[in-house]
Amino acid sequence: MNPDWIAGLTGGLMIGCAAALYLLGNGRIMGASGLLGGLVDGTGRANWLERVAFLGGLIFVPALLVATGIVQRSAPVAGTGVLVLAGLLVGFGTRLGNGCTSGHGVCGISRFSRRGIVATVVYLLAGSFAVLLARAAGWTA
Amino acid sequence: MRLAIAALSGALFGAGLVISGMTDPAKVQGWLDVFGRWDPTLGFVLTGAILPMLVAWRVAARRRTALTGIGLPPPPPQRIDTRLIGGAALFGLGWGLAGLCPGPAIASVGFGGAPFLIFFAAMIAGMLLFALWDRRA
Repeated sequence: MNPDWIAGLTGGLMIGCAAALYLLGNGRIMGASGLLGGLVDGTGRANWLERVAFLGGLIFVPALLVATGIVQRSAPVAGTGVLVLAGLLVGFGTRLGNGCTSGHGVCGISRFSRRGIVATVVYLLAGSFAVLLARAAGWTA
Repeated sequence: MRLAIAALSGALFGAGLVISGMTDPAKVQGWLDVFGRWDPTLGFVLTGAILPMLVAWRVAARRRTALTGIGLPPPPPQRIDTRLIGGAALFGLGWGLAGLCPGPAIASVGFGGAPFLIFFAAMIAGMLLFALWDRRA
């Protein structure tokens, strides 16, 4: 089997275990855009410390894994203009649609949520279209 | 206890993201490049991530509260509306263009350098823009 697939499956299982721990431990759905977005717009004020703790772990461990050379640093695929546009779209879109890959994808699909499944199909289609567009336009870093 | 669990899930989520390749924009674009040189790796990531959660939701269905005594999430809402579709479409476009979604974007803050920080800042700006727009709408 291709080593990339093994890494993908292993990492995926870790992501799923993290979501399971957050659900069964703290009773919450592990959605990255919601956890951050609630801090950005103040709607998550009630449990802000819990959000900060989660985001702290999420930032610290990857930095540690890269610094120690266990995981390779990744390179961007787009220039500054495209990165800004894409960031705005991701920020606005995930708040409007109330979720991203972790909330709708991992947590939604696994409970057979209609909204999670529909959202995932839509963002996969839109993402494929965006890559087609980026490739055609020759947008690279 | 709640804070320790939150930090631990964040840590495990972050480790999973970097190990799986989700924080590598080229890999993400490869997964979305269905008309070109398609890279199926991320399908393994999503499958791997959903498996523990299938079990977790079944366990949750038999309990009234989480381990820390907090109530478990209510059944998911069913409404498919323009906000859900429109939001997912905008998100997908951004995800494809940069090869980054919110989790990996946050995970890259500590090691990615300027391009990843620019994306992260723009994502926060997009969230703020939504809050402003939503208040007016």
